[in-house]
Amino acid sequence: MIAAAEQGFSGASVGAPVYELTRVSKTYARNLVVALEDVTLTLRKGSFTSVIGSSGCGKSTLLKIMAGLIPPSKGRVMLQGEPVTGPRRDIGMMFQQATLFPWKTAVENIVLPIEIRDGKPAAEKAKEKAHALLDIVGLTGFENVYPNELSGGMAQRASICRMLITEPAVLLLDEPFSALDELSRDMMNMELQRICREQQATAFLVTHSIQEAVILSDEIVVMKPRPGRIAEVVPVDLPRPRTLDMMTTPKFGEIVDYIRGMLDKGEDM
Amino acid sequence: MTDDRTNDANAPEMIEDTVWEQEVAFIDSVPRWIAMTFVFVVFIGTWDLVTRLGLVSPIILPTPWETFADMVFVGQNLATGGYMLAALWITIKEVIYGFALAIAIGFSLGVLVGETAFGEKAVMPYLVAIDTMPKVAFAPLFVAWLGFGIESKVALAAFIATFPIVVGTAAGLHAADENARMLFKTMGASRIQTLIKMKLPSGLPQIFTGLKIGAVGVMAGAITGEFLGGGKGFGELIRVAASQLNTPRVFSLILYLSLVGLALYLIVQRTQRTVVFWQKETVESYDAG
Repeated sequence: MIAAAEQGFSGASVGAPVYELTRVSKTYARNLVVALEDVTLTLRKGSFTSVIGSSGCGKSTLLKIMAGLIPPSKGRVMLQGEPVTGPRRDIGMMFQQATLFPWKTAVENIVLPIEIRDGKPAAEKAKEKAHALLDIVGLTGFENVYPNELSGGMAQRASICRMLITEPAVLLLDEPFSALDELSRDMMNMELQRICREQQATAFLVTHSIQEAVILSDEIVVMKPRPGRIAEVVPVDLPRPRTLDMMTTPKFGEIVDYIRGMLDKGEDM
Repeated sequence: MTDDRTNDANAPEMIEDTVWEQEVAFIDSVPRWIAMTFVFVVFIGTWDLVTRLGLVSPIILPTPWETFADMVFVGQNLATGGYMLAALWITIKEVIYGFALAIAIGFSLGVLVGETAFGEKAVMPYLVAIDTMPKVAFAPLFVAWLGFGIESKVALAAFIATFPIVVGTAAGLHAADENARMLFKTMGASRIQTLIKMKLPSGLPQIFTGLKIGAVGVMAGAITGEFLGGGKGFGELIRVAASQLNTPRVFSLILYLSLVGLALYLIVQRTQRTVVFWQKETVESYDAG
């Protein structure tokens, strides 16, 4: 496996490889548009990886391939040793919007993935677990509340529970808190860190915010557009657990500046 | 508020409030029922004035009082189970059967057109073409095919009410947002699951809008059917009264008929409120009794 080549900068990450992409490319419109070129990436168990880049750098294409929503044109996509050929229950996903369904209560929304895959009786049984998850995200007592009565942050907490209910091996996070105000966003990021630690989850975050990427990640994948490709994988060696105070440390500023410099260069191309 | 007191010791000076009255439009301070009564009184007053001054022949426009008297008469006939009640019952049956048929056909076609690419490509253009035709013109055909009985009226009523339901259902199925679709894909949902558990519930508001427009159309269809195809319904009573220049009767019959239409509309609306309970805040402010 090519994974051996990755070990140079995997300093902060620990554990065995969970998700492996090898020389993955994606072309659209009869090979005229190259959305993604030659992406090789390894996510290790319990690690937090962010991908950042200007629009058109192929990060949403990458995420869709990783989620099994679209096939790659070339390359190998392996999750837990098995090729990804479609949506899988060991992939959890979260979007910008909470996307809770207003006709279902919080708990019913959370067990929806179980209902879809295993039917209503299984979903009924999973409700107990949903309660436990709601406790973890601090929504105790909101089990039977409809989404209309939840704030934006609370709704995203509930959608975290929905993502975790199937105990996925990897969490794909598509700018999950970018619709929230900055204060709630910082808070939710810290929550996310705590939850990922507790669940020993492997997380992959797409974001537009350099600060968010740095505060959360072990590794940051910086991407360049046209064609979308990896420019560099930047390790973040801030100690864990991270706190919001770290955002004022020189080390933090250094990494942010370094990444910003790289993204600015990308703009010229 | 409490900071005043902390300042008290060294600065006992008076602070002048800069409170000012925000202007409120007069109509905002009037309850709806008073405003509505006002319009009603003006309407009746104008009507009374026009007849009193003899501006219009009493055969064409009766006085409001003649009309009210006739309404009482028709009301008594209906209440005591007279021949008018039998006629009204026929019309109500046409409306109910017509609406049920329109819902069944409209919903099925709506799902076909809204869910399948084939339906959208191959069926929708024909539906749009038929929808732009004056559907009332089909009435003689329905009479020729189904006779002078209730069937031809049911057919016309359903024919008119079907299209809004098709459009509402198809629009509803397209209403679900991109995230919801993607979420269902990542959960590995089948097409049927996506339709039943996500697209249809998301589209209920649009579907009910279609049903409400259909409910109005079904009344129009039934009465038009009776005008053009005879029969023993309420429309026939109106037609006969009009041909006898019994204008007060025509007016009062229309009023009672409109109550049936209103009842149907309200039934649909109540159903919507129960079924689409999460839509409460956005229900048209118009019917906030």
